[in-house]
Amino acid sequence: MNILVIAEHNNQQLSSATYNTVTAASQLGSTDIHLLIAGYECTSVAQQAVKITGVSVVLVADFPAYQHFLAENIAPLIRDIAQTNYSHILAPASTNGKDILPRAAALLDIEPISEITSIISDNTFTRPIYAGNAIATVCSNAPIIAMTVRGTAFDAASVARDNLAIVETVTIQHDNQLSTFVSEALSVADRPDLGSARVVISGGRGMQSGENFALLEKIADKLDAAIGASRAAVDAGYVANDLQVGQTGKIVAPDLYIAVGISGAIQHLAGMKDSRIIVAINKDEEAPIFQVADYGLVGDLFDILPEIEQQL
Amino acid sequence: MKILVAVKRVVDYNVKVRVNADNSGIDLTNTKMSINPFCEIAVEEALRLKEKGLADEVIVVSIGSKKCEEQLRYAMALGADRGILLETNSIPSSLYCAKLLSKVVEKENPGLIILGKQSIDSDNNQTGQMLAGLCGMAQGTFASKLIIENNKVIVTREVDSGLRTLSLTLPAVITTDLRLNQPRYAKLPQIMQAKKKPLETLPAETLLAPIAPQVTTQRVDTPTQRKAGIKVANVEELINKLKNEAKVIS
Repeated sequence: MNILVIAEHNNQQLSSATYNTVTAASQLGSTDIHLLIAGYECTSVAQQAVKITGVSVVLVADFPAYQHFLAENIAPLIRDIAQTNYSHILAPASTNGKDILPRAAALLDIEPISEITSIISDNTFTRPIYAGNAIATVCSNAPIIAMTVRGTAFDAASVARDNLAIVETVTIQHDNQLSTFVSEALSVADRPDLGSARVVISGGRGMQSGENFALLEKIADKLDAAIGASRAAVDAGYVANDLQVGQTGKIVAPDLYIAVGISGAIQHLAGMKDSRIIVAINKDEEAPIFQVADYGLVGDLFDILPEIEQQL
Repeated sequence: MKILVAVKRVVDYNVKVRVNADNSGIDLTNTKMSINPFCEIAVEEALRLKEKGLADEVIVVSIGSKKCEEQLRYAMALGADRGILLETNSIPSSLYCAKLLSKVVEKENPGLIILGKQSIDSDNNQTGQMLAGLCGMAQGTFASKLIIENNKVIVTREVDSGLRTLSLTLPAVITTDLRLNQPRYAKLPQIMQAKKKPLETLPAETLLAPIAPQVTTQRVDTPTQRKAGIKVANVEELINKLKNEAKVIS
């Protein structure tokens, strides 16, 4: 039996979460790992995928119907492939993976497992529940175990130059016309990806406006950091939704997380408390964020941020 | 058009949950329970569509114990027209829930089905997608905006890279994200009126025989708590610590 990993990509680049998911797959014993790339004109993605350590076969389903990763078309593709000889299906716990995998599981009549954070055995895993306030150990006896994988909980698989994986072309096409792609508003950032950056600097309601995020950007430039935000800052319209760190936003675990003007609501902590070092800057010395911060600095962020920028 | 909205009874989002002593789960004795916040957003969206004249009936459905009537009554106080409770005393799996809901869809034939994207207890984020798959319908997950026109629903989704807009053939399944709307509050007269609205209770197994769960929880643990560190006096000390103690910047 083999393991099927659903690759995430934009038809040009594999996402970093795909590499973390392969590592999770490699912890499931000695079976072969097959990586499925469903997309359109995605040859360059396959070229990256064959180099990932641990992947033996790269399955490429290259059709216009798969261009926008619509769950209605990709889920039946996964169902058809998974029924051939697979014990597990893994996908990154990204918005794409969360959209597609449960639908594929339902088509296979199996109960999926969401956002695993560790692998205890081939059928036993841990996953956070109650916004990370509890960790459940779950065991599955499903005929195929389908799960999404929290990227920050697993290291990225390495890339090898020799011993490339075999590429196999998948000819299964599903184009059921239930949904069509209309448009996309992508955030263009010349910064590292929030989910995989080594340093993240996030602003909360204390930033007071979107314009003031420029203060964070100046520091991010010097540290090669990604910019994040609390739900309060996104709800207030300071920044776009894709910057939100928290239970319902992105889960991050960088080496250094700097929380600026963020009080530290449970739902925000759920998204960043696995960071290696946490710095909190807040004028309220009672703010809950200080309870998880390695280094806290109490004071006015509008004085502190320019000073940090200067001293870096 | 009918809109079907699924609502789940969960621990109130303000409650600080505790793992019980034998690590079998979360201690919910005497805990305040509420409608799941994402489901509340789903109810609100259905009501707004009805108020715009795009729907003529909003049906709320819940799966669980008799106590879920409270959440259905609350949804009816907000404005839903009637409720259906599929009663079961066991904790249903996402697959059983999705299958039960698909039976309700078969019976009620709604034009749109709205669910919360996840419940704040199990945090699974599965049921809507599974229901859509079982019903062979289009799905618009993590919705932050809905427009209904020409027998389609145009849904803007919050995705990792920003926003993505899809056009879905109706009937379709929508799951709500936080910024879809700001739910209203129930007023006292409406709470009183809601008591008279029809609420049909039927044993879940009459719709579909229970299916053995494939995923079981073996134990539940409290996560390792981070310890609070130190307060630094000024920026100079902070940068010094980050460079020389934590060694995270150079």
